[in-house]
Amino acid sequence: MTFTRPTFRHPELAPNAAGFHRRDYEGLISTLCAGCGHDSISNAIIQACFELALPPHRIAKMSGIGCSSKSPAYFLGKSHGFNSVHGRMPSIATGANMANRDLIYLGVSGDGDTASIGMGQFIHAVRRNLHMLYIVMNNGCYGLTKGQYSATADKGSKSKKGPANLLESIDLCELAIQLGAGFVGRSFSGDKQQLVPMIKAGLSHGGLAFIDVISPCVTFNNNPESTKSYHWVREHSEATNTFDFVPFRQTITTEYPEEVTETVTLHDNSIIHLHKHPLGPDITDRRQAIDTLEDHKAQEMILTGVLYVNPESLDTHEILNTTARPLNSLTEVDLCPGIGALEEINAGHR
Amino acid sequence: MKPTDIEDPEYFHKVIDCQYACPAHTPVPEYIRLISEKRYTEAYMINWVSNVFPGVLGRVCDRPCEPACRRGRVEQEPVAICRLKRVCADNRDLGVTARFPEIPKIKNGKKIALIGGGPASLTVARDLMPLGYEIDLFDEQEQGGGFMRSQLPSFRLPEAVLATEVNYILDMGVITHFNHRVASMKAVLAQNYDAVFVGTGAPRGRDLPDLPGRQAGEGKIHVGIDWLAGVVFGHIDKIGKRVLVIGGGNTAMDCCRTARRMGGEEVRVVVRGPKTAMKASLWEIEEARHEDIPIIDNHSPLAFVIEDGRLVGMQFEKGRGLNEPSVFIACDEVLLAVGQMNAFPWIEPDAGIAFDQWGLPVLDPLTLQSTLPQVFFGGDAAFGPRNIITAVAQGHQAAISIDLFCQGKPLTARPVPQVNLAGQKMGVHDWLYHNQVAETERQAVPMMSKAKSLKDRLLEVELGFDRQIGQAESLRCLNCDVQTVFHAAECIECDACVDACPESCINFVDNGSEEALRTRLRAPAQNLGQDLYVSGPLPTGRVMVKDENVCLHCGICAERCPTSAWEMQKFFYQSAQAGQL
Repeated sequence: MTFTRPTFRHPELAPNAAGFHRRDYEGLISTLCAGCGHDSISNAIIQACFELALPPHRIAKMSGIGCSSKSPAYFLGKSHGFNSVHGRMPSIATGANMANRDLIYLGVSGDGDTASIGMGQFIHAVRRNLHMLYIVMNNGCYGLTKGQYSATADKGSKSKKGPANLLESIDLCELAIQLGAGFVGRSFSGDKQQLVPMIKAGLSHGGLAFIDVISPCVTFNNNPESTKSYHWVREHSEATNTFDFVPFRQTITTEYPEEVTETVTLHDNSIIHLHKHPLGPDITDRRQAIDTLEDHKAQEMILTGVLYVNPESLDTHEILNTTARPLNSLTEVDLCPGIGALEEINAGHR
Repeated sequence: MKPTDIEDPEYFHKVIDCQYACPAHTPVPEYIRLISEKRYTEAYMINWVSNVFPGVLGRVCDRPCEPACRRGRVEQEPVAICRLKRVCADNRDLGVTARFPEIPKIKNGKKIALIGGGPASLTVARDLMPLGYEIDLFDEQEQGGGFMRSQLPSFRLPEAVLATEVNYILDMGVITHFNHRVASMKAVLAQNYDAVFVGTGAPRGRDLPDLPGRQAGEGKIHVGIDWLAGVVFGHIDKIGKRVLVIGGGNTAMDCCRTARRMGGEEVRVVVRGPKTAMKASLWEIEEARHEDIPIIDNHSPLAFVIEDGRLVGMQFEKGRGLNEPSVFIACDEVLLAVGQMNAFPWIEPDAGIAFDQWGLPVLDPLTLQSTLPQVFFGGDAAFGPRNIITAVAQGHQAAISIDLFCQGKPLTARPVPQVNLAGQKMGVHDWLYHNQVAETERQAVPMMSKAKSLKDRLLEVELGFDRQIGQAESLRCLNCDVQTVFHAAECIECDACVDACPESCINFVDNGSEEALRTRLRAPAQNLGQDLYVSGPLPTGRVMVKDENVCLHCGICAERCPTSAWEMQKFFYQSAQAGQL
């Protein structure tokens, strides 16, 4: 068994705009099961950060507990990281963001970590619109504890063990849209062509960007009757749109036909070009987004792609009008400015 | 692209760069792995079967394998393949002869004559003796070995090493006729041999007969290969203090280094072209520099300068057509190493053997048969000066041809290479081979001190790797013979191999022409000498494309594959030899 990857890399791979090589975004060799979808997502994250030329030391990766939450060990080995208690990643990310809003926050969680034990944390992070990319590696089961169904397993889906899941499933994307997330997407670990640009777009969004990635558990939940298997997802998925993500620093060289292209400009002036059917849903409309999701669910289809974008959404700091200084640098003098300041305030009410 | 046909033995053979580059196709990774397991005698036998002279070649081979070695593309330096060969030769069991094929007591009634006792002839003998042939070997020297004996200086190849490996073959019962210069091909043919093999080498060194002063300087101007032979046979025991060696090939390097040991204090090599165009192996040039021998490039000889009937130096033209004043370099003696020629004065024009305009025999390039059906050529005698390993490879081919010829079979019905593909899986995630890629640098070879080695031409300069260094070096081998075999039917396209591959070799893409595919992969596939391994269509309609170029054969793709669609299989390829089916 191999515990360390050889350090040799293809000699003809070029560095990115910031002078970093792809290896600078890699982590340790994975110890997840061979073929785990999470590894593909890890690599999509590596690829996205590499292509965006983000300096690795400017990224902080946060996670909770579970197979998915182990995965930050396998990417961005030169970035900051915090492995929190089960389900508590959003709180840690919030705290970190309050202390230093200049870092890029990347939260990685699983369906158990988010939709079960961490549900309360998740929904409030979305409500606050914390400036972070929140990725759920969603395999519909608890892989670390022998594959019991999780809260995102579809009703009627069967895992390797046989009996069908009898409980309703939670659709994290719908929840996120309802609760005000400004960027919501769904993708599939087996489709990097879609996933990589989606992660890039999510990283460029100004508030909370949520991406639910269906990630088959090869060990417990990859049989043909499971709705989270490679086979099922490939047979039953439909993309809302295909899209190109253009970071604001790049010049656009491709011409897109007007009638099939919708352009969404993000906070940092990056652009998402959507190629879709002219009658397709407007992804900046929250109601249409939820309707489309429900319509596809009724047809047993999994809708992937960018589901909803609100380019005008405000993040926590903007909503709460917080000070630009890191909270941990505020001293007693700053927080209790004294009687003079109080009198000034009181005077304003007279 | 069409799916790759891995049933074609040449596909995986080509992936093993070193073996593919070797004229004799020695299974290099296999013997290196045996060395890493300290199984030296088995490693020696793999070599002996394939290249016949492991101890000799482990010292003086031209090493076409090393520039081909994948390690050179992955990092800087290739594996020291040649020196590892010497490790297995140095450490082999003396009882290795017990593993040699048995020689039948009852012969098959066919008689073969070998003219010349060099590597090509000896290889023919080695291959045919176990099949029951009766063999007469003729050579003008008093012992076997040919140019390996007469021209390779002892400080590179000790006589005892050569003698041992030559005798392994002669002891099989070859009837030797040493000190016997064959003067007439017709006389040989008259003895009714069933086949005659000519392995007389390229015995004539080129001279510069028309250069002014050549006649007058006779005695102080020598043809390099004749001078080297004179040293070996003890006819020459010294040289002047200031020596010029003309020529940039390996013979020039042997001449200048030998001259340093024969009393030459100021030895210089002069070449016509730039240094970068020199034919000598890089390591031999390096050795010469190490022995304080400067190389003067871009100097073409104009004349030998004679004063008072004595050679005092040479006049050179600097560059070509530069109109610069000519340069005088003083010297006491000159060695000419400006090439070798074939010469067959003993083959009568009416013997039935046709020669081409360059004086080389007209041969079938595959069977090495001449225009006289029972006469075959091999080694330098066949296509002009090459090297030992090429001579061995041609010896194998000639032996196959002679065997088919004597058995009355068509020469085109040649035996096929022997191949085997064996799974390397052991337990869940372990392999039968050492798949951890060692990231150590190429080991330096211990050398005799310069002061000591320059005093005695019989002292070997390179001391060779000891077992420990050999072990470290052997682990640098990337095991390119352990192939990544892909089963498209098992693949679920989870991308695990793509993500895990350190060298970004593996891709799942839409199919296209090779030209287009080479630009669409994760890493550009610009090395056209390396194939793309393409699968049949997968469930999503894409195909798997693997660029073989810098694959480390680390097995991580197979370890990370949930369905064993990737398998590590050891591919053993051995060139066909006489007597095989």
